[in-house]
Amino acid sequence: MSDDTDMLKLPLDAWHHAKGARMVSFAGYAMPIQYEGIMAEHLWTRDNAGLFDVSHMGQLILSGDNAAEALEALVPGDISALKEGRMRYSLLLAPDGGVLDDLMITATPTGLYVVVNGAVKHDDIAYLRANLPEAIGINHLEDRALLALQGPKAVEALIRIVPGVDQLYFMEADLFLWGEVPLWISRSGYTGEDGVEISVPAESVQALADALCGQPEVKPIGLGARDSLRLEAGLPLYGHDMNPTTDPVEGNASFAISKRRRAEGGFKGADRILKAVTDGPARKLVGFTVEGKMPVREGAPIFAGNDQVGVMTSGGFAPSVGAPIAMGYVAAAHSQAGTALEAEVRGKRVPVTVAAMPFIPHHYHRRGASK
Amino acid sequence: MSRYFTDEHEWIEVEGNNATVGITDYAQSQLGDIVFAEVPAAGTKLSKGGDAAVVESVKAASDVYAPVTGTVTEGNDALADDPALVNSDPEGAGWFFKIELDDLSELDGLMDAAAYKAFVDSL
Repeated sequence: MSDDTDMLKLPLDAWHHAKGARMVSFAGYAMPIQYEGIMAEHLWTRDNAGLFDVSHMGQLILSGDNAAEALEALVPGDISALKEGRMRYSLLLAPDGGVLDDLMITATPTGLYVVVNGAVKHDDIAYLRANLPEAIGINHLEDRALLALQGPKAVEALIRIVPGVDQLYFMEADLFLWGEVPLWISRSGYTGEDGVEISVPAESVQALADALCGQPEVKPIGLGARDSLRLEAGLPLYGHDMNPTTDPVEGNASFAISKRRRAEGGFKGADRILKAVTDGPARKLVGFTVEGKMPVREGAPIFAGNDQVGVMTSGGFAPSVGAPIAMGYVAAAHSQAGTALEAEVRGKRVPVTVAAMPFIPHHYHRRGASK
Repeated sequence: MSRYFTDEHEWIEVEGNNATVGITDYAQSQLGDIVFAEVPAAGTKLSKGGDAAVVESVKAASDVYAPVTGTVTEGNDALADDPALVNSDPEGAGWFFKIELDDLSELDGLMDAAAYKAFVDSL
């Protein structure tokens, strides 16, 4: 058992303990890895609704005239085109085009609302401060908690408590009132399922978590299932599947480089990134199915015959697939779906096959899509 | 027959010079859902404290250590098809391997059930 005395506590810390969570250290915080068990929690989320505490993530407001244009120097997305209440996945870029973080950016009436990963949030803030004009304000919302409610029944459960949220489509956000409590709710998440993320004042998060878990569809879900759900959804985990040595094109995130930005450039690392867009990257992040039952995990080398051609960056047992799956970087020549390769685990070769992602289809509630 | 326990949460049930080895109920509860187990083949020589088997939960891989020195006489093939036996019956059908002991005196340093319970309660 790890000593949790030097871990930071989330606003819901006591609540997690009361719900029977097993706590682990993650991003410097004591966080729930599981409650009743990763497998059951994962499957519950795919069929019902799971409540995740992601309050370790950084919530920022960038304010000031032309904040979007200023931020575009550091990210490859078309941020200035974002309409109020719309959000976009983007990447914080190092000067050489490496990825410093992946983040969500929403246009709001008070500025750009930016959610960044917990493990790197202080580095992100320092980098933003050093690289954005002084006139752009950076407000770290440390007094707010963040909950994710994910799964096919998430919205039907939530609208009993907060009516009107069903008006949002995927990647849209708005302000709602829960009694007197302001909630900033977006229809988004990181499980591949429909659902929402809710930014709530820290002093109200426990009452909100209780109200949500009072709905029959909702159970608390830990980090373990969050990881297996996102892996099945083919979503990269920052610090594992992306890091400062990988660029967005290698990292299977070319979709985050907006059309206008491809034409105009003007973001950190644009030379390297736009060259990779044109010429194709030397290596690529791809998914793998795994033969047999033995999980292939992060760090496992990938071979084509005797030659190492890549390395796994995520992997494990996928409860909804019923088999191990993995994600890793391979040389471009071996990155086509269907390519048969081998991973090495404890000195043994395991057959793996490059697979199209996601492994489990996304079930987002997209505007314009038929139900 | 006597059952002993290690501080790495293996159990060993001894009868004469032969023994059956598995992981404890406490160990399986800490690991969570077991999705894969790799057991040693008959004939494998094991050393006390050395790697003997691997058990993998959804989250991570963990080593199972040999509580004693000896030669494996059988691995539990049932775990290949149904690794969740380690969760459902860790100290019975979820055993890992059987071993012929080289030196019965190695058992002297292990815990009995009462000592192991006190050890777990202290964690």
